[in-house]
Formats: sequence, structure tokens, C-alpha cells
Amino acid sequence: MTQLALVIDLNTCVGCHACVTSCKEWNTSGEAGPMADKNPYGVDPTGTFFNRVQTFEVGDFPQTETIHFPKSCLHCEEPPCVPVCPTGASYKRPEDGIVLVDYDLCIGCEYCSWACPYGAREFDEKEKVMKKCTLCVDRIYDEELPESLRKPACVLACPTSARIFGDIHDPASEASIAINLSNGYQLMPEWGTQAANHYLPRRKVDIKVHEEDLMRSSNPLDKEDRGQRMPTTRVTLDDSTSW
Amino acid sequence: MKPAISVILLTTLIGVAQGLFLAYYSAEVLSLLLILPNQVLVGSGCAGIISLVLLVGGLIASFFHLGHPERAWRAATMWRTSWLSREVIALPITMGLIFIYSVLKLTGDHQIMFNLGNGNQVELATVVGFFAMIAVFVLFICTAMIYTCLKFLQEWHSPLTVLNFILMGCASGFVLASALSAYHDPQVFGYISGTAMVLSVAALASRYASLARNRNLRSPSTLQTAIGIHHPNIRQIAQGAMGGSFNTRAFIHTYGPAVVQLARRFFLIAGFIIPVLLLVISNESPVVICTLAFLIQYTGLLAERWYFFIEAKHPQNLYYQMIS
Repeated sequence: MTQLALVIDLNTCVGCHACVTSCKEWNTSGEAGPMADKNPYGVDPTGTFFNRVQTFEVGDFPQTETIHFPKSCLHCEEPPCVPVCPTGASYKRPEDGIVLVDYDLCIGCEYCSWACPYGAREFDEKEKVMKKCTLCVDRIYDEELPESLRKPACVLACPTSARIFGDIHDPASEASIAINLSNGYQLMPEWGTQAANHYLPRRKVDIKVHEEDLMRSSNPLDKEDRGQRMPTTRVTLDDSTSW
Repeated sequence: MKPAISVILLTTLIGVAQGLFLAYYSAEVLSLLLILPNQVLVGSGCAGIISLVLLVGGLIASFFHLGHPERAWRAATMWRTSWLSREVIALPITMGLIFIYSVLKLTGDHQIMFNLGNGNQVELATVVGFFAMIAVFVLFICTAMIYTCLKFLQEWHSPLTVLNFILMGCASGFVLASALSAYHDPQVFGYISGTAMVLSVAALASRYASLARNRNLRSPSTLQTAIGIHHPNIRQIAQGAMGGSFNTRAFIHTYGPAVVQLARRFFLIAGFIIPVLLLVISNESPVVICTLAFLIQYTGLLAERWYFFIEAKHPQNLYYQMIS
């Protein structure tokens, strides 16, 4: 069984919000209708988004790290929002595990938003229905697009490749490999929602720098006793190139 | 959670309606069984109609909660999984049965269905009322389970929620029925007002138990599990929207702790204690005092349902701690 999902690498996300804007651009232009905005250029702008990037500061100053944390619908394998829906507008597709809202069935009772512990659902103030990430279901199967573009808009937009899209039930997929190799985890595992989207944890990025890494201690010219050793003040080829 | 006015009105109004019907119907059945003095109740039809009006009022209030009220009928489809859907089915069934019961009572229909061993005869209205009584209890359970079934809203996820909904609905309905019986059927006033007092005290005990339970709740969700970073010191810097979002509007209330504490004290006193005291001294002019007791109790129960929402802390609020 297929379960499409996103894997988000918190090491490489730089918090540029490109996924947010490309998500909004793609999904507000689709045939499902616009995602309403209120005061977009005024005081207190607000509107419907499927995806947001939040920022957290971790640690005690000055030893702090900034975590940029993109959050959208996690397409849970046990979605608590689906069984509570009184109309059947919320459903999980058996063929690929995407959790969707049928905007024509939704009565806008907001009960599903109460049932989602992640706050992944947003009520569209203009269309009066509940909306959420669709994993760009209208483009990932679009055969008019070249195969490399059949991915969610946020994944294509990410400049640091922090977002990986794939089938987490296929052990050979890029998403599964990333989860397995980097200990990908789920959000709020305590509620048994089995979120399909995974996050890759922050890794230690400090490296030990040895003196000889900076200053070449074993100059082959010294060993072979050939020619004159270059004065260290002069710029060498090693200094000016990066290979 | 942010209190939803339409839902507060819906749950309190239909609670009164259900309790009012149960009060009069129970008095009727107990008379037939000769536990109460054998008599015909004059106010049964009137009680049924008031109950029906309150149910319709609750239904109208609930429509204001919907983005697309014209599609509300669709909400009956997912009764296999959704308690909200089950409520949407149970509510009109209850209304229909109470309507038939009231019409039979008001038109003076005396069609005999069967005889009881004690010489009393059971009329069609009483049989319809029996099914209405079952529908009333099913409706109570459906309404309460909408909140109880949400397991990560721990303040609601308890059998006490179901008990509270039943007891508070019955208490307020019996208090209103006391006023009605004082006017129409003084001979059952003692039974109805006595039961109203017992139910109000029981509702107070049950609600207090849930307050005590909720005071010591610890959510397994923390900011650490919410974003999966296990460091004791995490601060939110940005929540991804400057002007707020649906997540901040629908789940985060802005009332200060003083207002919340005032509401709790108010509903404990106005919702339970004052009505019981008024019922105790209601022998002088029962119609006026019981009506007053009902109005005070209903105001208290509105505050109780408001507090019920304020009390519940949604785990999604962990993601929305700071706007910038």
C-alpha cells in the first residue's frame, strides 16, 4: 500500500518561506478555488495557507540554535480528523494515503479542526469550508507535466532540498531511505496518529579542526627535497581554489 | 479552546428541553405505576411544546456554527464513525417524537394501547413518550460524546463529560418543569421540584469532580514532542503568520485568568447552589420563584458551557505561542 508523504530535513531548512509562497501560488490558482486572504496588504494580514514555516530558538543564550520548522498536514496513517467528519467530506485515499477534503461536501462545522492535534486544518473565511494540504494531488499525477515536475509545489520550490517527497511504505524510495538513514521522526507520537510526514532531526554540525588541516605540514616538496619551499605568506593554489 | 456561542446555546437549550420532557414524562409514568398519586397531568402537552420550541431553538443556534448551513442535511451520512453525525440524526428523531407526544396530549387523544395490572390504562401518547424518552437519552449521549471522543482534549475525554451533560440538562429541565407544574399540576410539584434539587446537587458534585480531575491533568504533549527537538529550553520566535491565522482565532482565547476564575465561581453558584436554595423556599409563590430559579440556573449553565471550552487546552496551541 502506498503512503505518499513529505520528509522535511530540519538541518537544511533555512526558513526562506519559498515552500509557503509556492504552495499558496499553486493551490490558490487551481480549479478548487482561491485560498482567501483578508487585509493582504493592510494591517494584520491573514489568510488561508496549507503550509507555514515557524521559527524556534533552542538553547540558552549564547549557545542557541535557530530551528525553522515547516508545518503542513502530516497525512496521518490513522487520521483523527477523518472519522469525526459528519458528512464524509474528510477522507483518506486508500490508493496513496493522501488525506483530502471534498469542498463540495464540507459543511464548515470545524469539528475536524478540533480533532487534529497538529492544527493542520484551516477554515477558509470566504469559501466557508475546511482546507488543508493536498500534497498537490492535482499535479503529482498530471501526465502533461514532465515527470521531474510531478511533485508538490513546496518540494520543487525548496532551494536547499530540505523537502523530500515519496512513498514512505516503499523501502527503496528516497523518502524512506532518508527516514531510515537519518532517524526520521513523527510529530506528537503520543497520540497514535502515525503521521506520515517525517522530520529529520538536527545533527551536530561542529567539526574538529586540526592545525595540519589549515597548514600543510607534509609538503611533498619538502619530502622530495626538490626546489625551494614557497613562503607561507604567499597565496598558494590550495588557498585560492577549493578542490 | 475558544468558546463557540452557537454551540453553547445548542447544548444548553437542548439540555433544558430534554430535561423538561423527562420531568413531565417521568411524573406521568410514576402516576401510572401508582408510585405518585394516580392523576392526569394537565401540563404534559404544554411541557412537550416548550421542550420542542427549545429543541428548535438549539437547532437554529447550531446552524450559525456552520459555514454552509444549506448542506447541513449531509451531516447525517457518516453516523457509523462520527458522533456529530449521530447527534444530527438523534435530534430530529427526538423532536419528531416529542412533537407527536405533544399533539396527542393537546388533542386529548385517549386511544388505549394496553392495560396495566394495577387497573391503569396506557395510552398511545405514553407509548410514544417512551420512545421519546429513549431518544432523549440517546441524544444526551451523542451530544456529550462529540466532546468526550476527542482523546487529546483531555479535559473533555472522560466519562464525567457524559455524566455532566446528562445531569446538567436534566437539572435545568426539571427546574423549568417545577415552574410549569406549580402552574398546571400542583399535585406533582413536590416530586418535580424535589427531583430538580437532587439533580442539581448531583450535577454540582459531578461537575466539581471533573473540575478537580482537570486541575491535575498533565498533557503528554509538550513543545518538545510537538517539534521533536528535545531540549528543555525552546522559545517560539515566529509562527508563520503576522496577523494571526485560523489556528490563533479558533483555538486560543484571550480571556485573563481573573475572568476565567470569575466564570467558574459564577457557574458553580448560579448554576447549582442558588437554584437549589430557591427551590427549597419555593412554597410561598412557586411559579415565580421556580421561574426565577430556572433563569438564574440557565445563565449559570451558559457560563458553565463557556468555561467548558475555556478549560480545554488544544495541543495545537503549542505551535502558536507567539505572534511575530
